[in-house]
Amino acid sequence: MITAEFVYWLVAALFVAVAVIRAVDRTDTRRFGSAAFWALLAFCFVYGTYVVDKSGSAFVEGLAVLAVAVLAGFGFPGRGTALTTDEPTRERLAQRYVNWLFLPALLIPLVAVVFGSVLKNVKPGGTPLLEVGSETVIGLGVAAVVALVVGMALFREPNPMVPLREGDRLLGHIGWAAILPQFLATLGLLFTAAGVGTAVGKITDSVLPHGLLLLAVVVYCLGMALFTIIMGNAFAAFPVMTAAVGWPLLIEQFHGNPPAVFAIGMLAGFCGTLVTPMAANFNLVPAALLELTDTYGPIKAQLPTAVPLLACNIVLMYVLAF
Amino acid sequence: MWVLVAVAVVVVGFALRLNSMLVVTVAGIAAGLIAGLSPVKIVDAFGTGFAGSRSVTVFIFVLPVIGLIERYGLQHRARTLITRLSALTPGRLLAAYLLIRQVTAALGLLAIGGHAQAIRPIVAPMSEAAAERRHGDLSRPARERIRSYAASADNVGAFFGEDIFVAVGSILLITGFVDTTYGLKLDALDVALWAIPTAVCAFVIHGWRMLRLDRRLDELVRS
Repeated sequence: MITAEFVYWLVAALFVAVAVIRAVDRTDTRRFGSAAFWALLAFCFVYGTYVVDKSGSAFVEGLAVLAVAVLAGFGFPGRGTALTTDEPTRERLAQRYVNWLFLPALLIPLVAVVFGSVLKNVKPGGTPLLEVGSETVIGLGVAAVVALVVGMALFREPNPMVPLREGDRLLGHIGWAAILPQFLATLGLLFTAAGVGTAVGKITDSVLPHGLLLLAVVVYCLGMALFTIIMGNAFAAFPVMTAAVGWPLLIEQFHGNPPAVFAIGMLAGFCGTLVTPMAANFNLVPAALLELTDTYGPIKAQLPTAVPLLACNIVLMYVLAF
Repeated sequence: MWVLVAVAVVVVGFALRLNSMLVVTVAGIAAGLIAGLSPVKIVDAFGTGFAGSRSVTVFIFVLPVIGLIERYGLQHRARTLITRLSALTPGRLLAAYLLIRQVTAALGLLAIGGHAQAIRPIVAPMSEAAAERRHGDLSRPARERIRSYAASADNVGAFFGEDIFVAVGSILLITGFVDTTYGLKLDALDVALWAIPTAVCAFVIHGWRMLRLDRRLDELVRS
C-alpha cells in the first residue's frame, strides 16, 4: 500500500531547498532566521513520519514545532531577493507560449482527481493500492511532480533550480502564513485534549433546545460567519465552531455527513470574510489600491451578496448533509 | 469551563491582530495548562498534532510549478484573454470576470486574478471605459461604485471557487483538523465536491448583482 509519507518527504525536500536558497542569499539581511525556519519545518515533516508510527519522540517533534512558532513570532521567514523574469520578458514569453501556459497548472487538478476518484478504488488482492483517506494528498504530490516535469519540458528549462527559486519567491510572499492552517489543525488536538468541546457542548446543550436540527445548523453557520467577522479569518473560526457545535451536535447527535457539514460550514465563514474590515487584505487593501474615497466600498458591494449567500449555506447544509 | 479561556485567547488574539502563529501557540499551551497537562505532555501534543496534520501543508508543493508558469508569462497571458471582454457593458464584463475568476480558482489558478495583479491594472479600468462608452463622463460616485464592484467580483470569485480545488489551505485544514482531532478519515476530494453547490449559489447571486450594475449606473447618471 502506498502511503502519503513520501509526499511529506517531497514537501520537506522543497523546504530544504528554500532554506538553502535563503541561507546563501547575501542580499537578505534576515537570511539565517528565514533559513532556520524552513530547515526546522523540513525536519518536522521528515521526523513526523516516525512520530506517526510511534518510533520517534513526540517531544522532540513538539520542541521543533514550538521553535518554528517562536521564529514566526519574530517575523520570520522574510522574503529575499527574487530572481525571476521582468515584465517585458514575461510579455514576450506570454506571446510565445500563449494558452500552453495553462497546461501544467491544469494537470494538477486533473491528476489529483484521477487519484482521488479512480485509483482510490483500485484494490489489487483486496488491499487498497492507496492509503485510505490519503488518496487525494498522494495524488497531489504526484500531480505537482507531473506538472513540473511537463512545465520544464514545455519551456525547455533544464535547470531544476529555476522552479525551486520560483517556489522560494512565492513562499517568501506567503511567509509564516503558509503553515498557519496546520497550526490551527494542531490546536484542535490540544482543544480536544483539554476538553474544550465538552465544555462548549454543555453550554450549547443547555441553551439550545434538544433535538432541533435546523437550529443547530443555523447556530453553526451563523457562528462561523460571526467568529470570522470578529477574527478576520475563517480558518481560525473553524476549530472553535467545530469543537463547539459542528462535531458534538451536527455530527454526533444528528449524524450529519462530515464532508458536507464541514465544507459548507467553512463557506459560511467565508460569507463573514466578505463583510469584515478585519480581513484587510481582501477588503481594505483593494480600496486603497483602487484609490477609493470610501474605504468600505468593497464591503458595501459585498454585503448584499454575503447575506443571501449565508442563508443559502444554511439551507444547503440542512438539505444536503442530513 | 475554564478551558474556554483558551478559546477566548484565539478570538481576542486574532481580533487584536497579534501574530497569529503566536496566538495559536499560546492558546494551545493555555488549553493544556488549564486541563492540567504537564508541560512535557503539552509539548508532546504539539508534536503529535503537527505530525498528524502534515497533509494540511501539502498545498505548498504546487508552488514551484505555479511560480514557473508565472515566470513564463501566465499573468500576462491571462491579461490578454481578459482584455477580449472589453466590448461588453460594465455589468456583463464584471459578471464574466466573476465566472472566469471562479472557474480558474476552482482549477487551482488563483495566481491569474487578484486585486494588485488584475483588478487595479485591467478589470477596473476596462469596466470604467465600458461605462464611459455607454454613459459618457462618469461622476465620482459612479466611478467608486464600479471599482468597488470590480474588487467584489475578485473576492467572491476567489473565495467561492478555490474551495473546489483540493490543494487549498481551507480544504486541507478541514480534513487535517477533523482527522487528527476526531480520528476520521476524510478525503479532501469529497470535501471539495461539497463546495460546488455554494459556488453555484455565489455565482448566481453575485453575477445577478453585477448585471444589475448597468441599471444602477443608468440611475446614477440620470440623477
